[in-house]
Amino acid sequence: MFPYLTFLTLVPLVGGIVLLGLESSRPGLHRRLALGFQALAFLLAAGVVKRFDTHTPEMQFVELGSWIPSIHADYHLGVDGLGLIMVILSALILPFATLVSSPAVSNPRLYYGLLLLLQSGLFGAFTSLNFVHWFLFWELSLIPAYFLIKLWGGPRRGEAARMFFVYTMVGSVALLLSFLGTYVATGTFDFAQLADKGRGLDGGLAAIYNIKLQWYSLSTRGLALVLFGGVFLGFAVKVPIWPFQTWLPLAYSEAPTPVTMVLTGVMSKLGLYGVLRILLPIFPEQLRWMQTPLLWLAVASVVLGALAALAQWDIKRMLAYLSVSHLGYCWLGILAAVQVTPGDARWGVEKSAALSGVLVQMLNHGIIAATLFGMVGWLEQRTGGRRGVEDFGGLRKVAPVFCGLMGIALFASIGLPGLSGFVGEFLIFKGASALSTWAAALSSAGLLVTAVFLLTLAQKVWHGPLAESRAGFPDLTLWERAVAAPAVGLMFLLGICPQLVMKLINPAVSGLVERLNL
Amino acid sequence: MSTSTILNLLWLIPVLPLGAAGLIALMPRRCRTAAAALAIGALAAGFLLSCAALSAAIEAHGEPLVHNFTWLEFGSTALQLGWVLNPLTAVMLVMVTFVGSLIFIYSVGYMAGDANFTRFFCFLSLFAAAMLGVVIANSLLLLFGCWELVGLASYLLIGFWYHKPSAAAAAKKAFITTRIGDVGFFLGMLWLYSETGTLLFHDHGAGCLEASSLARLAGTTLGGAMGISTGISLLLFCGAAGKSGQVPLHVWLPDAMEGPTPVSALIHAATMVAAGVFMIARVYPVVAVVPPPSATAAEVRQVLHAAMESVDKGMGAPVATPEGHAPAAVMKPAEPAPGGHAAPETSTALQVIGWVGAITALFAALIAVAQTDIKRILAYSTVSQLGYMFLGLATGGVAVGMFHLITHAFFKALLFLGAGSVIHGCHEEQDIRRMGGLRNLMPVTFWTYAIGMMALSGVPFLFSGFWSKDEILHSALLWHPSKWPFLLAGLAALTTAFYMTRQMIYVFLGTHRGEAGVSHAAASQGHGEAHAHAHAHGHASGVHESPPVMTLPLVALAAGTVLLGVIGTPAWPWFHAFLSGHPAVFVPSIDVVVLLVMLLSIGIVAAGFGLGWRFYGRGRELAAEGPDPLESVRPDTFAVLRGRFFIDELYEMSFIRWHRECGRFSDWLDRQLWAGMVRSITLAVLGLAWVGRLLDEFGVNSGFDRGCESVRGSSRGLSRLQTGQIQHYLRALAAGIALLAFYLIWK
Repeated sequence: MFPYLTFLTLVPLVGGIVLLGLESSRPGLHRRLALGFQALAFLLAAGVVKRFDTHTPEMQFVELGSWIPSIHADYHLGVDGLGLIMVILSALILPFATLVSSPAVSNPRLYYGLLLLLQSGLFGAFTSLNFVHWFLFWELSLIPAYFLIKLWGGPRRGEAARMFFVYTMVGSVALLLSFLGTYVATGTFDFAQLADKGRGLDGGLAAIYNIKLQWYSLSTRGLALVLFGGVFLGFAVKVPIWPFQTWLPLAYSEAPTPVTMVLTGVMSKLGLYGVLRILLPIFPEQLRWMQTPLLWLAVASVVLGALAALAQWDIKRMLAYLSVSHLGYCWLGILAAVQVTPGDARWGVEKSAALSGVLVQMLNHGIIAATLFGMVGWLEQRTGGRRGVEDFGGLRKVAPVFCGLMGIALFASIGLPGLSGFVGEFLIFKGASALSTWAAALSSAGLLVTAVFLLTLAQKVWHGPLAESRAGFPDLTLWERAVAAPAVGLMFLLGICPQLVMKLINPAVSGLVERLNL
Repeated sequence: MSTSTILNLLWLIPVLPLGAAGLIALMPRRCRTAAAALAIGALAAGFLLSCAALSAAIEAHGEPLVHNFTWLEFGSTALQLGWVLNPLTAVMLVMVTFVGSLIFIYSVGYMAGDANFTRFFCFLSLFAAAMLGVVIANSLLLLFGCWELVGLASYLLIGFWYHKPSAAAAAKKAFITTRIGDVGFFLGMLWLYSETGTLLFHDHGAGCLEASSLARLAGTTLGGAMGISTGISLLLFCGAAGKSGQVPLHVWLPDAMEGPTPVSALIHAATMVAAGVFMIARVYPVVAVVPPPSATAAEVRQVLHAAMESVDKGMGAPVATPEGHAPAAVMKPAEPAPGGHAAPETSTALQVIGWVGAITALFAALIAVAQTDIKRILAYSTVSQLGYMFLGLATGGVAVGMFHLITHAFFKALLFLGAGSVIHGCHEEQDIRRMGGLRNLMPVTFWTYAIGMMALSGVPFLFSGFWSKDEILHSALLWHPSKWPFLLAGLAALTTAFYMTRQMIYVFLGTHRGEAGVSHAAASQGHGEAHAHAHAHGHASGVHESPPVMTLPLVALAAGTVLLGVIGTPAWPWFHAFLSGHPAVFVPSIDVVVLLVMLLSIGIVAAGFGLGWRFYGRGRELAAEGPDPLESVRPDTFAVLRGRFFIDELYEMSFIRWHRECGRFSDWLDRQLWAGMVRSITLAVLGLAWVGRLLDEFGVNSGFDRGCESVRGSSRGLSRLQTGQIQHYLRALAAGIALLAFYLIWK
């Protein structure tokens, strides 16, 4: 069979290398080339979707080869519903970011080259099923992102890039160390095998650790928690969960807007993907031990994230906190789903609702948040980089199309039924309210606060009398409309016919739920 | 059309306006006629379909007709949505499409001068689509979805003149206040879903309003004696209270008058605000189900099955509890059994709803007494009437509440459109103190407004408002849990008659106090709709009657206001019978209690009119600037009423401030606490690095240096021995030999 997944990773990688090596002063050449490679990757992703069998929870498009036999690191690729929607998301958001990039970006050779390398890293991470292979891409995606922030960012870009890198690196190191410990104990890096060991009836990973490692006379539980904690930290920083989000507002607001789109649209999902692919299947027992405190953190992400957004004056920072809050819903769904329940069908329904909600939310939040940031980027391009909430006023009069499209994105973000944001929230809350009622009830405050600050944003930027300095504010050009229309169209499509996505993820969700039922 | 055809076409009723909204959104601004025609045509077609639906529902004798379909599947579970045709749907459909069409037509005249005419009709159509979706939904989820879209349309239309800061703020306030309630609705819906496993109302026995689910809800109790159904109902009622402006979430509705007047009439008087009442009527079986004192779920199911035979056909039908069998679970009867039978138990949720409704009815009516903006008076009157509807639902069942909803929709739409006509005629003046004497200047508006006013006040016999309000008072009087709501409602009726008299006298009687010819934009105190009618400023020659496109809808609504009363009189309660699926019977003799209540309510109205006349009439010359006659009598009370009990100020000082403080606190946590911790970790790492460096430089390095030094020192000492002169060596050798010899000898 044609190795779709290998090529998926390879195409942007080759593209990135080609672009980096291509010295040319022709304006727009690099941009067009980058778009060409991304279009190719998009077609490959579309091919994967088309050939994807929606009736099996098994991994598909599997490619398995020996890579470094001495440490059991295999070249193991494959996607299930979870991987697939992440591949779709990456194939959508990266070209979107390229299209939104200012045509006058300095040093386009490096810029677009790095964007392509970033995409390659993301595809690699979303398709690999072996830890070593996965970790390589997980880290590789960090490097282009670092340079993109560092070289094209705002005034505090140096600090932002350093903080982003060091923070994520600390998480990654903890993750790596935990996995090395796990490898020493289990002798495998393969996700599926680890997951089988994780849900073993004879005590799971904790027992294995205890027999094989016996570090510093830690108790069985303590040892397992230390290793779990390392893995958790890696994802907690990446997604992020409260209180590990302090790098995020700075990085999101200082990064050039197209990069922010990728950061929030896809890279935050990389963390959630890790949680669903690694943490949940391999460490279900440890998640259960820590469920209550972690649920508190999820609630704090949702509510405090939204509240912090209320206090921001920089639109990008506000949207950054919006992302914290919306990713908090995903944490809520995941953590609710590990609840120990009687084995009857009713609880299975709630768990699959919560996890389906998480997956749908990952896809939809990616699209919505990226669109919102992209539109803020256009706002900046029109006003010489101004993006304070108070810097505008009455724009709806001069730019009705801009405000209309951004309004749709805002209401999708608020979770208006009929737009895509609602489906994920509904399903997550459906599951969570039955599984851990208190956490869902507390988190519902986030639904309210989100509406408050997003409508305040709308009120201050679009409504009221037109600020005199903005009288010549141009509406979206035809080209920009053509870029924004598909994104907004997707919000409608996935809001009205969510079954399009649900049928892709259902088998994977059922599989996950089955794994959670001990 | 056959019943199944109309059922299969039912979805068209909301989708036609939705399509119209979509098309109009894509039209350029200059296509004004096409936009209006499309919007009106879509809704009028919906009206025809609705009439067909009504006749189908009459034929079906209360049996709900449903069409369900799968919306999405999660895991292996299918989530279904659907639509339903039952009497409740049918009457709402006809009302919304009829009143809506009239208001659309009126808007053509009212908005004629507005630059964004097409956008207005786009939003209006969107609203109509969403509202009709709420009405036909057979799934609480679909209802919730359309409910939120209705909120969106309301947001867009309140903020239609978004360049006015007050309109933008009012739009936001409306959306957020109703969303507070909606969060409760959302949670209640999820709870219901996880308890019953379905959100469909009717699903051939498996829906959440049908017997088996109800038995489950009634049979399970939370900690304490509260049934699950109570918790769910109260959460759902939060949503209804938000949408229908019940205390304490009523604050948004008066501010919503910032929108164009047709919007106030359609959304904030006739239809959307009634959605809360409609929703509670829809889920009435859940709200009314009473947890059994001590019965197993199986018993409950048994009894309910017997009971549901009649209830299935329509909500609120009387339940014949088998004699001798302990009433394990009792549905709330539609009409309180007059004497003889044991008083039925009322569910906790219904008690709460009744109380909230009664309090709101009086509270808002009192505020209306002291307002001066013609639309705000009507807005508070709407809040008050919505309170009546909830009281009617709680005490008398679905039919009582819904009848008032329908009659109110007609007369309140009439009043608002009349107010719009007045505002239009007075060049955007909204302050009733600057009106007066309009009776002769705007005769059509005056007469239709008078009909609306008399219906609202409850003038007997000829006006529908009398019959519907009378029924509520009647059932409140017979309400078992408490008589206080009846007293509150009676006082509210008195107040209603009073403030409507005041308004009529201020606006239509006496002499005109406006300043015709002066720039009216300046005089309109910021509430003005000055923008809408640029043309009005052209001829400031005085007050004029509105064009026929505006007055004809007034006449049609006035006719409806009068005629609707016929279907709900105690003698021929067709409306009741239809909603509960029974044949209507003509009862020529009227019960004594009914008659007494009727007399009492006539007395109340007369008293209200009399008081109003005493203060404002009697040929008294009202002044535009001077104090209100009531103010001269009780200045303190009047100030509190005019200040709307200072509820807005209270919220501003409490919730809104706390909310902002929390935001700042969370930001502080991030910027100071967590970032501070990260900083201190960074500092700690840097500190460690410095310690390492210092250790290196002064510890390791200096030790190494000293070691080297001492080695060098000692080698220097040694090197001194290496003089290279043979005599030194020989001398040392000799000394050594001598020492050795000495040692050997010694030994």
